[in-house]
Amino acid sequence: MRLRPAAKGRIRGEGLQMTAAMAESASFANIVRLAGVQKYFGAVHALRNINMAVGRNEIVGLIGDNGAGKSTLIKTITGVHKPTSGRIFVRDKEIDLDAYSVGKAHDLSIETVYQDKSLGEKQPLWRNFFVGRQIVNRFGFIDVKKEKEIANDILLNTIGFRGVGISVDSTVQLLSGGERQGISIGRAMHFNSDLIILDEPTAALGVKEVRKVLDFVRRIKESGRASIYIEHNLAHVHEVADRLIVLDRGEIVAEIRPSEMTVAELTKYLINIQHER
Amino acid sequence: MKTAARSRFARIEGLPIIVVSVLIIGLFMITAPSVFLRPEIYTSTMLSTAPPLILLATGLTFVIAAGEIDLSFPSIIGFSGCAFAILFKLHGLGWIAILAALAAGVLIGFINGVLVAKVGIPSFIATLGTGFFWNGMATFWSGGKSYALRGVEDTSVYQILVGNLPIGDPATYVWYSQISVQAVWMAAIVVFLWFVLNRHRFGEHILFIGDSNDVSRVVGVDVDWEKIKLFTMMGLLAAIAAIMLTLENRNYFGNQGQGYLLTAIAAVLIGGTSIFGGKATIVGTVFGAVLIYLMEPGLVAAGATAETVQIMRGLVFLIAVIFYLFMDEPARRRALLARFMIRTSSGPAKPAGERPAQPTRGS
Repeated sequence: MRLRPAAKGRIRGEGLQMTAAMAESASFANIVRLAGVQKYFGAVHALRNINMAVGRNEIVGLIGDNGAGKSTLIKTITGVHKPTSGRIFVRDKEIDLDAYSVGKAHDLSIETVYQDKSLGEKQPLWRNFFVGRQIVNRFGFIDVKKEKEIANDILLNTIGFRGVGISVDSTVQLLSGGERQGISIGRAMHFNSDLIILDEPTAALGVKEVRKVLDFVRRIKESGRASIYIEHNLAHVHEVADRLIVLDRGEIVAEIRPSEMTVAELTKYLINIQHER
Repeated sequence: MKTAARSRFARIEGLPIIVVSVLIIGLFMITAPSVFLRPEIYTSTMLSTAPPLILLATGLTFVIAAGEIDLSFPSIIGFSGCAFAILFKLHGLGWIAILAALAAGVLIGFINGVLVAKVGIPSFIATLGTGFFWNGMATFWSGGKSYALRGVEDTSVYQILVGNLPIGDPATYVWYSQISVQAVWMAAIVVFLWFVLNRHRFGEHILFIGDSNDVSRVVGVDVDWEKIKLFTMMGLLAAIAAIMLTLENRNYFGNQGQGYLLTAIAAVLIGGTSIFGGKATIVGTVFGAVLIYLMEPGLVAAGATAETVQIMRGLVFLIAVIFYLFMDEPARRRALLARFMIRTSSGPAKPAGERPAQPTRGS
């Protein structure tokens, strides 16, 4: 994929300027909404009549068993899979599904943070923040000084890495699992993603590292953005989500507000759903 | 202050190889003072015959940084040199012969790139195949003959590309009158490529590709196209080396590139570029090339035989690769040192496990 003109324009301007996406944001209720979305893989009915919406400053937890359709749902939103039928709205405007793609999703400020695949291990953090959307002159040479300045700002202010012995020149291989998630999330926030999709960011992390990641998720909320947070661990998602969507065998079976249920009640509730069906 | 100065010193690009080069040249000055304490070995010998090696090694630095390899460049030297020699000598095409040789290198490199990126053949295999193919084509075209370029010294092609700099009177053979133009061309290209690797979008993409193809795709790098550009650039550099070699020798012969396969790869790895990709240093490569180049005159002047030179080159190469392996991979280094019960404290930025935990908010 080439450097997208929209993203380029965004970087050329200073740090947190108004973007086309943000200018529009004044007038929408939901960052993304799905209406009657169905997805078949051959004979397999992977998504059944999905109706859901994510508010513009809402953290939505997506929970469900293995094979419930969580990833399929996410990949449909991010343009990886095309739905068999149904409609998708981004910022209340309907998307032309035939022309929808991962690149289009990026242009619409939807970004996915994958677990292991988003950082270059041996590269310094400042390169990791900007790779794919570098600040360059017209011959393609990078403005290293400016990139480092902005990266330092993201590190200190957006992510909140202070006094932990990490600088923009540190390489990713020196970071812990939680810190890496922080860098990926910080990058998404800097590039004004209005919707950040987190795909099991706490999998395989220790307790301390999980705490860090949950802090990063809260920062997404504080900065006025939205997030869809896929998680296996109910306690983690219960702690940060505004709303939980429960998926079972391709269908939305419940929407729960964490304030209405404790983690224990939630666990019991989910087990009951399994048994009833 | 002391530690700041020390860390700035440690951050000099290619520091280990610079130190080793200086030490070894110092050693040669002691063992063979009549050769190494005189300027001629550096100015007239090295500056006129080392540029092809340095150019090839610089190109390979990019290739290895991307986690790929090019084994076909000696054959590109053969084929491009053949194209140049035949068009120049038999058809009297002058500068057009230069352009044709460069175009041949670009085309062969482009084909390599397409085979690797689009067809999906691992570069080791793809360039092994194209290497055989173009070597055969060069022999076929030249009829297996060599071409002596008599009188080439009087052409503008020769004077502009490989003649001597107009300093002093060449007839006196004073050292400063024997500095070759190709050293200037080489230096300009290497400096430009340093900026491309360290300051250009292309160089950054190459480093990320070497790190991981998957990560590069996720962050929006067009991996296939960057690899095609990479191999095309290597083809162009091999063609430039071919022209320099053919003009400097005033002679084309079919296997003129063959001696460069291992020396160029060795120069890159001795210099400190990672064999796993993702990390590269052009300063290191240049010093690596100088070291590999000077080992032959150094050892021969000290009374060693040709096979000793081979043995020493192989040994230095292996030691360097092992050294960088343990430098680059802290986990391996710690495992090795632990085996010898040595405790270490690493540099300013420590791995996550060794740093104090980051304060967390809320709960």
